[in-house]
Amino acid sequence: MRRHLLSAADLTRSDAELILETAEELRSLADRPIKKLPALRGRTIVNLFFEDSTRTRISFEAAAKRLSADVINFSAKGSSLSKGESLKDTALTLEAMGADAVVVRHWASGAPHLLANAGWSRSSVINAGDGTHEHPTQALLDAFTMWRHLGDLDGRRVAIVGDVLHSRVARSNALLLKTLGAEVTLVGPPTLLPYGVEGWDVATSYDLDAVLPKADVVMMLRVQRERMNAAFFPTVREYSRRYGLNGRRMAALQDHTLVMHPGPMNRGMEITADVADSERSVIVEQVTNGVAVRMAVLYLLLGGSEPAHAEDVPGSAGARAGGEQ
Amino acid sequence: MSSYLIKGARVLGGEPADLLLRDGVVAEVGPGLSAQGAEVVDAEGLVALPGLVDLHTHLREPGREDAETVDTGTQAAALGGFTAVHAMANTDPVADTAGVVEQVWRLGREAGHCDVAPVGAVTVGLAGEQLAELGAMADSAARVRVFSDDGKCVSDAVLMRRALEYVKAFDGVVAQHAQEPRLTEDAQMNEGELSGRLGLRGWPAVAEEAVIARDCLLAAHVGSRLHVCHVSTAGSVEIIRWAKSKGWPVTAEVTPHHLLLTDELATTYDPMYKVNPPLRSAADVEALRAGLADGTIDVVATDHAPHPHEDKDCEWQAAAFGMLGLQTALSVVQATMVDAGLLAWGGVADRMATSPARIGRLAGHGRPLAEGEPANLVLYDPAASRVVEPAEMVSLSRNTPYAGRELPGRVVATFLRGNATVLDGKLQ
Repeated sequence: MRRHLLSAADLTRSDAELILETAEELRSLADRPIKKLPALRGRTIVNLFFEDSTRTRISFEAAAKRLSADVINFSAKGSSLSKGESLKDTALTLEAMGADAVVVRHWASGAPHLLANAGWSRSSVINAGDGTHEHPTQALLDAFTMWRHLGDLDGRRVAIVGDVLHSRVARSNALLLKTLGAEVTLVGPPTLLPYGVEGWDVATSYDLDAVLPKADVVMMLRVQRERMNAAFFPTVREYSRRYGLNGRRMAALQDHTLVMHPGPMNRGMEITADVADSERSVIVEQVTNGVAVRMAVLYLLLGGSEPAHAEDVPGSAGARAGGEQ
Repeated sequence: MSSYLIKGARVLGGEPADLLLRDGVVAEVGPGLSAQGAEVVDAEGLVALPGLVDLHTHLREPGREDAETVDTGTQAAALGGFTAVHAMANTDPVADTAGVVEQVWRLGREAGHCDVAPVGAVTVGLAGEQLAELGAMADSAARVRVFSDDGKCVSDAVLMRRALEYVKAFDGVVAQHAQEPRLTEDAQMNEGELSGRLGLRGWPAVAEEAVIARDCLLAAHVGSRLHVCHVSTAGSVEIIRWAKSKGWPVTAEVTPHHLLLTDELATTYDPMYKVNPPLRSAADVEALRAGLADGTIDVVATDHAPHPHEDKDCEWQAAAFGMLGLQTALSVVQATMVDAGLLAWGGVADRMATSPARIGRLAGHGRPLAEGEPANLVLYDPAASRVVEPAEMVSLSRNTPYAGRELPGRVVATFLRGNATVLDGKLQ
């Protein structure tokens, strides 16, 4: 593994598989009465959030705490940041406090990249979502969820549906799923597919109904209603008719096909309640898996100096953590 | 007033000759000159060009003296081989009155490093709503001939038409910053595959090209001079080539950075590469070089845009647009045009001195290096090379995109009306 996780493109296939395997081992912890390992005891992990995201923050917080790390939550609201402290000064402050890893969520694409490369800090940087760029741990937890249900992802067909243009989840998923051998199709109205997407080496479609019968996974993306005002689509109703996943469309899916959503959902817009709450929906499981995957990422990036508990985490994961490319 | 005898300079890259500069003019040109009391400058191996003229410089004064002043900006200009610069109007207050343009002009005269020709704003406060008093600026001591809302586009078609028409009364030119505002709201980088991948809002080529096409048609319709600032796309070059083929009064400029750098640099998320218009693709760079070589693009203009460190040491989206250019322009033109075999030194003199002086109506600049002409010239060593160090910039700002890059050439001396502003690479 590298020192930072900034983009899903940073991960080789063996990196990604190591994370998934480690997450699988760590996931069993969730079912135990005492959900804690000593692996990162004495390490400090900062959750640096320049943008609201309760879900992602508590997921990282739970992951770090279950590995016994000390967690500091540093939020743009209610701190000097709201008075306009720069990313640089924040980074210098965290460096002075001795953070081992910084989990950063930022409204600007590339901010984690800057934090990792500008020379302001020696911490490991984990991108927890930057602008409309990437959200690699979301892609890892999505891949982990697919992998647990479908096994090897080679040749599996994944449809990512909705506002791809503004979605960091879609970008990271497209990159990671390709690395893992899956066939990705991005589906949405032409206005919401990025310019130049032909160069991404993934399939695209404007026709959801044509894609659904062959898909092994259908991942619905959140679509903000306000996009309507910028003429990305005419009305919410038209969007739902053309690109929403409803009961009728769900009937066209294969039996094993999973329905996913990174949350938070707009029920009634991109997904109807009967689909979100159906048997094939793994949306709640994605949240559980998020903690396990983030534990794996933190553990592997920080190369836990304490061997994780022998029965809980095989030495192999710890030993490989340091030297893996 | 001292006099200089320049020995063995290759005028426009030709055969070595001597030049005697006396009383502000080129007194003699020829082989084996001698002159009593003249300071001798050994120019063996150096190329002599007319003093460079920049049609597009941001000197930031008044208002942003933390980024640059007329004094420091013109020092950078002299070190870059320039004897005249056009100071853009987007200062604070905006240069939209005779008072402000005269202030900038006077500051330039007092500093004395090169001539400063203020550019007047087209509209009051660059707001794009009401014409500024263009005539008052033209009639002022600053004798403004170039008008531009640079940084902002005169996007209103009627206002642009009226401005083009109005400046005919004093032989002015409207220099348009071609950027359709709605197509570029919050835009961050060239729209292409990369912008999609990097999650940075795209800046489509059409936003520039559509405005250029409209303005060429307007200029033809009303018979007025249009100058297109910082052309950055292959499509823009084609449209201008077409307009010129019709004989329309259109001129255009390209910046050194658009001749060398591409949008690939945005993958670093280093805001040093954030500029307006954005860096484009390699195919655009190639088309710009070809356009400059065949004369479709008349001029290289720096768009020297100083910014204080904190405005560049931050997130890409939060950073300011712009790059330094004065001290590296000639080197970049050598690397991209001369060394690439696209332009000879005579062509460089045309694109960086003669044409910009003609467009800006600066009578004493861009003249041939011949007897009786004003002694504005630069001596340049094309055989030298250097690795660019931001600390070498005499600008108050350090936002050069070439840090650590090896560039050819070195400005050895610059003369402004017979006075050395730079000698042996050092400010005088």
